[in-house]
Amino acid sequence: MKTLVWVEHDNAHVKDATLAAVTAASQLGEVHLLVAGSGCAAVADEAAKIAGVGKVHLADDAAYGHALAENVAPLIAKLMETHDAVLFPATTNGKNIAPRVAALLDVMQLSDILSVEGPDTFTRPIYAGNAIATVQTADKKLVITVRGTAFAKAALTGGSGTVEAVSGEGDKGLSTFVSAEIAKSERPELTSAKVIVSGGRALQNSENFHALIEPLADKLGAGVGASRAAVDAGYVPNDYQVGQTGKIVAPEVYIAIGISGAIQHLAGMKDSKTIIAINKDEDAPIFQVADIGLVGDLFKIVPELTEKL
Amino acid sequence: MKVLVPVKRVLDYNVKPRVKADGTGVDLANVKMSMNPFDEIAIEEAVRLKEKGVATEVVVVTIGVPKAETDVLLTARAMGADRAILIATEDEVEPLGVAKLLAKVAEEEQPGLIILGKQAIDDDSNQTGQMLGALLGWPQGTFASKVEVSGDRVAVTREVDGGLETVDLKLPAIVTTDLRLNEPRYATLPNIMKAKSKPVAKKTVADYGVDVTPRLKTLKVVEPAKRVAGVKVGSVDELVEKLKALGVAK
Repeated sequence: MKTLVWVEHDNAHVKDATLAAVTAASQLGEVHLLVAGSGCAAVADEAAKIAGVGKVHLADDAAYGHALAENVAPLIAKLMETHDAVLFPATTNGKNIAPRVAALLDVMQLSDILSVEGPDTFTRPIYAGNAIATVQTADKKLVITVRGTAFAKAALTGGSGTVEAVSGEGDKGLSTFVSAEIAKSERPELTSAKVIVSGGRALQNSENFHALIEPLADKLGAGVGASRAAVDAGYVPNDYQVGQTGKIVAPEVYIAIGISGAIQHLAGMKDSKTIIAINKDEDAPIFQVADIGLVGDLFKIVPELTEKL
Repeated sequence: MKVLVPVKRVLDYNVKPRVKADGTGVDLANVKMSMNPFDEIAIEEAVRLKEKGVATEVVVVTIGVPKAETDVLLTARAMGADRAILIATEDEVEPLGVAKLLAKVAEEEQPGLIILGKQAIDDDSNQTGQMLGALLGWPQGTFASKVEVSGDRVAVTREVDGGLETVDLKLPAIVTTDLRLNEPRYATLPNIMKAKSKPVAKKTVADYGVDVTPRLKTLKVVEPAKRVAGVKVGSVDELVEKLKALGVAK
């Protein structure tokens, strides 16, 4: 089977999420990549070095610079004339583009796969991960998004792919990029952090969140996450949210502070290797999944913990 | 401008899903069903556009069991939708099939904007809006946290992995809602009573001449591996020791 992986990047570097999709693709067959962007030749060179990669298709056009689905989807649909499957990391960009490609190809997408069981059979989570479905597709072409935490990351070195320029229809004239407010942080990204410190509504306000969670995260070199309740209450921006509709994470250690553990939150972090919970309510559902729990007042515990580390 | 809002009837988000013992799916017998929460946000946004004078009519459509007429479609009308379309079927229709049916509805209704939930909380597919965009050749503003219509354009602020992104789309367009777009109003009892007189057009899947044969076959559904509760520690010092043992603290 010939597969194509859509490469997530910022026109400078390959993003980590791509590497899990490459691993999933390699379980299906030969791996080709698509780097679509603007001024992104360096990304294609970097992508060609990913272990196990064959051809890298490079579509360098201003129309692809911001990964607008209206422009990128027709390009991928055209490349699918010579590929059997296309895989996307299940990032917001991947989730935005993939179904548009699937509809252009008249195939049913397989969302957020957890494993490859065969050339047409995959597992995927449903009901916020409360059930795992094994599904088999009857479609001849496959469109797949890949859950990043479910597959090992392909190595960024060792490959010797060849870069080949491709062109598409460019700008379809339907949409334009206006602006982005992308948070800049020195901390590790949530989806690749080894340790995550997450805060919930019990922190009461934004000041407490920053004053308590961030120093602890800094001590541990951790990424910072939050529950939906904390994001809805405005303590932190949306990109902190861990859960069914936010980010799916699986770090070595996940520390949940003042998070009760709604199923929508658990859906985003229950595959973490070790879960630590700090909560004043000893009956909070978070303790049912936590490996290590500490019952008590977070306003006392967290500063003490930060100090003692 | 007319706004079309497709909605889905799903297991209520407060109900814990139970996998059937025979592994064929999740048990939906005798459990509370409600409107998909993201779809409530979609209706709220459409109704606010009407209250602002941007939209002239809000039409809600669902594809599903006939009972939807008296629950989710009633809720939708009570929230402010002007009329409803029920496309009745007892079968599960996949996102691709739903998008094809909605494309037909869009051809008939000619809305300026279609607002959908970004995903349904049962199958978590996150596909229908984008597929509909492709089938109609319309632009899409997915995972929206802000929607501003001006003239023949709509600016959509989107929740993306790194933060927020704004795109400018040519109307007609597709918008899919994220959690923080708005806080949906409750369907009050008086409004529910009044909503009963708002019209519902009853259709079936066959009326649209679209092939919705499923492409995916579910071979089995199982519960995920369960985590077991671990130990409770009694003090911060013990927790520090545990963190050291895990190698994350020095």
